[in-house]
Amino acid sequence: MALFTDQSSSPQSAPSDDAMISIRNLRVSYGEREILHGVNFDVLRGETMVILGGSGSGKSTLLRTLVGLEQPTSGEIWIRGKNTAAMTPEERNETRKKMGMSFQSGALFGSMTVGENVALPLKEHTRLADSTVDIMLRLKLEQVGLAGYEDYKPSQLSGGMKKRAAVARALAMDPEVLFFDEPSAGLDPIIAAGIDQLILELKKAFHMTIIVVTHELASAFLIADRMVLINKGNIVALGTTKEMQESQHPRVRQFLDRVPEPEVEQELDYLQMLTKDRSRRS
Amino acid sequence: MTGAVTQIGQAVINALAYLGGLAKLGLSAASYIFIAPFRGKPLRLQRAVTQAMETGVRALPILSLITFFIGLILALQAAYELKKFGALNYVASAVVISMSRELGPLITAIVVIGRSGSAFAAELGTMKVSEEIDALETMAISPVQFLVAPKFLAMIIMLPCLTTWANLMGVLGGSVFGVAQANFTLSGYVHASLDALALRDITTGLVKSFMFGATITAVGCYEGLTTGGGAEQVGRSTTAAVVTSIFMVIAVDLVFTALFFFVGGK
Repeated sequence: MALFTDQSSSPQSAPSDDAMISIRNLRVSYGEREILHGVNFDVLRGETMVILGGSGSGKSTLLRTLVGLEQPTSGEIWIRGKNTAAMTPEERNETRKKMGMSFQSGALFGSMTVGENVALPLKEHTRLADSTVDIMLRLKLEQVGLAGYEDYKPSQLSGGMKKRAAVARALAMDPEVLFFDEPSAGLDPIIAAGIDQLILELKKAFHMTIIVVTHELASAFLIADRMVLINKGNIVALGTTKEMQESQHPRVRQFLDRVPEPEVEQELDYLQMLTKDRSRRS
Repeated sequence: MTGAVTQIGQAVINALAYLGGLAKLGLSAASYIFIAPFRGKPLRLQRAVTQAMETGVRALPILSLITFFIGLILALQAAYELKKFGALNYVASAVVISMSRELGPLITAIVVIGRSGSAFAAELGTMKVSEEIDALETMAISPVQFLVAPKFLAMIIMLPCLTTWANLMGVLGGSVFGVAQANFTLSGYVHASLDALALRDITTGLVKSFMFGATITAVGCYEGLTTGGGAEQVGRSTTAAVVTSIFMVIAVDLVFTALFFFVGGK
């Protein structure tokens, strides 16, 4: 059953048992400017949830908050049944070890080889022998189709290969949750399709919970079990891919049908639009 | 008038916040160097050694050249006055005391700021912009422990070493004048320098250089870690790291020189 709402600030119930991540009344601000205005939704265990939204909608801020890079001004994030706000730094680190993140740019360490990048979390958080780490990093690189590239520097890789290497690093600690920030951004359609395929294969092989932030519609509909559409820091719609496709919500239709914002021809119209927007927000 | 007071107040608040940020970063790095190893979190010695090579060993050629010239300049300037009193034989003590107490640590710090302080800001700033710092945090690896602590360790060890070397090169530079113009032999000049030197002259310089090392690292790393988005911001952070480090080093120098003067009586 799809949830469609323009008011995502209504309080939600306690997190359900089958939820891997539960977000409750989440508000995030940069200084005086509030980016997320009270977001509520659950990500179920083993599902691929795609967070859709236009540029500046708050989707990347939501992802950064989920992985702990931004602090919420209020609200709760429950991960694996634990409220992150109530966690000690040690508990937070333990939770982070169960999560992997693939950044938009890859964020591979330029001074290290691909192999050293993938091995880094293993060397930092485990007491495995070097030979074991070596075997594990080769396995991870094989999983993402980069076998034999362990001695390459990130600068020697193409855009798609960098993203794959970043996924291999995110997989290093066998995470339960995998986050992707714009996995197809900046890639040609063929390479982007390869990354989509990789996400599908990871889900099939490891039954991971996967959260993907993207605005690439073709990619989103291919990989998602459910999706959530964010607009100006509020959840507009949440549902399965089928429910989203059938939705008649104006913002969903505008986003999925790629309809541009209405043009403003007169200065007065523009002022009225701004005023309307502001009064709606307040 | 009110506007000016508000601006001054804001500037003071910003300066205090900046100093607080430096102190927090420095203390955090110090805890990873001196406390964490006893709690099962090993020091990244390999990274510290690599950093020490880059910061210390590779700075030797340029530092040697600069401090050799500074020693020679000091001898020439001292001789200008000493000659009037027929006291050219004091040129060796003038050079060695100036170098070991003040110019050795200061010139070394300025060379290191240009080479390493700026490099720290550029390296960490680029890592920040390319989300590598964020990547470390999501992997539950502390950027301070992984990136900053090895730099701190390398700098607080290498700065006193470089300063000692700079003092030697300064004396060598001064000896060129001493031998050529003041009737010294090379060994006579060195002996005159050693006789003029008290242990206190060396230790005050080394204590200052230790503090300079910590200051340069804190400023360089702080500027890098607080870089905003984009390549332009990395450039700004690098410039800010150099300018602020020079100011901070001179401020620290003043504080410690005053401290040694009033507490030590010299």
